Amino acid sequence: MMPGGGRTLALTIGKHFLLVLGGVIMLLPFLWMVNTSLQQGGLGNYVEAWTKVPFGRYFLNTLIVTVLTLAGVLVTSSLAAYAFATMKFPGRSTLFLLFLSTMMVPQPVYLAPSYVILSKLGWINTYMALIVPWTANVFTVFLLRQHFRTIPRTLYEAAILDGCGRLKYLWKVVLPLSKSVLITVILFNIIGSWNSFMWPLVVTHSEELRVLQVGLSYFNQEQSSNFHLLMAASTFSTMPLIVLFLAAQKRIVASYSRSGMKD
Amino acid sequence: MRIRSKLAPYFYILPALVIVLVFRTLPILSSFTASFTDYDIGGFHGFVGLSNYGRMLSDARFWQSVLNTVYFVLGVVPASILIPLFLAILLRRKLAGKSFYRTLYFLPVVTSAVAISVVWSWLFNPEAGPINQMITALGGEPLQWLREPRGIFEMMLSPLGIHPKGILAGPSLALVSLMIVSVWKSTGYNTVLFLAGLENIPDTYYEAARLDGAGRWGTFRHITWPLLSPTTYYVLIMSTIISFKTFALVYVMTPPPGGGPLGTTNVIVFYLFQKAFDRFDIGYASAISVFLFLILLTLTIIQRRVAGKKVHYS
Repeated sequence: MMPGGGRTLALTIGKHFLLVLGGVIMLLPFLWMVNTSLQQGGLGNYVEAWTKVPFGRYFLNTLIVTVLTLAGVLVTSSLAAYAFATMKFPGRSTLFLLFLSTMMVPQPVYLAPSYVILSKLGWINTYMALIVPWTANVFTVFLLRQHFRTIPRTLYEAAILDGCGRLKYLWKVVLPLSKSVLITVILFNIIGSWNSFMWPLVVTHSEELRVLQVGLSYFNQEQSSNFHLLMAASTFSTMPLIVLFLAAQKRIVASYSRSGMKD
Repeated sequence: MRIRSKLAPYFYILPALVIVLVFRTLPILSSFTASFTDYDIGGFHGFVGLSNYGRMLSDARFWQSVLNTVYFVLGVVPASILIPLFLAILLRRKLAGKSFYRTLYFLPVVTSAVAISVVWSWLFNPEAGPINQMITALGGEPLQWLREPRGIFEMMLSPLGIHPKGILAGPSLALVSLMIVSVWKSTGYNTVLFLAGLENIPDTYYEAARLDGAGRWGTFRHITWPLLSPTTYYVLIMSTIISFKTFALVYVMTPPPGGGPLGTTNVIVFYLFQKAFDRFDIGYASAISVFLFLILLTLTIIQRRVAGKKVHYS
């Protein structure tokens, strides 16, 4: 053994001790959640929480909003990013700057006027209000454009010369070459829609339109002392994303660390 | 045909542009104009000049929300830098189980703020919650946590016979509880950012330092810290902005009306939300929005200026 090997070993053990301690602090709230949800009534708590308020409906709403928002984001963002990345036209940088500038302003700042706009459109308390305003995502446009720019221009020029239309080139060449960044933006947008709270809380009132996060928050107020039910509801509300995270964890962590995400 | 192809790029941008203009740019600009109007549940009642801003200056609840937000940011941001930085340094290099730890720390990041808040409300519950049960088991005094309006400095010093008042009493224990949850939730994300930053520092620097006989602290001070400064700067700005925007934690853990015990967890965004959607006082809420926006803008500019001098970009 190298001189100082004992010291290195002690150091490694010390490191692991601190890291395990950190891990326990991160994990303990989840363990307490599941543990409490199974006390006094066991799995029955889950059934009771699920049927006390229409959680099935909330799940369905969240699913509808997440899927449709994602579909919209993918279409609008890939088209816009494609134009910004490959085409030359007057006003390109001004328009791109206009897009980016909206990222500087946090959502709470323009929440009240957004409500007024939605009410003028007659969209308050509709799926439209939950979905349409989020069908364009500037951060996604930005990420896609960064990636589309790395695809060699000669490829584009050759394809156009061969009579390949622009839209066809996007569909047949650009998108298949961008699988990795597409998965990143898909994951970001799923996590974002699934967890969004302030917006649906403001723009919908009726229970039929309640999304999961809003439903859980109301459930929390109604059942504030019924901890077993609350923890059961929290468990089944967090499970889908935790499963998604564990399944795609390498990818998700790498995406966050590479692109630094705005929520 | 040529005109069509000249216009084509705009057609590609159009769908995204319409959404951005109608649901971002328009409301952002409206919040500025609305701040000079009297706009409430009955609709638009005309321009009122600066009177919404005047009202802000004399609104004690508003200033309380500003103070609470400042406490929150000052409490959360340093912890959201130091703890993740420490964890990232521990995790650097090929440590066995690195990705396992990373996954564990990242779990709270992807979990919804609402669910996390529901869970922590239970953990902090004064009567039956696990935290107080642990404290009691260890022979300590149970605390009121999210229901405690007293400032933490006041709580710490009052056994010594010192009773700080006002700002000196510090943030309420309720607000500090929210800070704990906020730090807990963001630790994994910031750790991952620091890890990425650390991986960008070439090993040769560390070898050189080792050959020069630099100790651990010396290596950290002269290599890690300066070379990591772009990441640190990024984490600083992001944590500051996120802390200013905190809403779900406050709304769920210290539910309305009120904003916590005696309003001590009433932060700016929460107050803005209440004015806009409980009272439907859009004009006044917009003035608060503009104030919030200007603070964030100023902070970003100051940070950028300071960083321009201090940040080392390799």
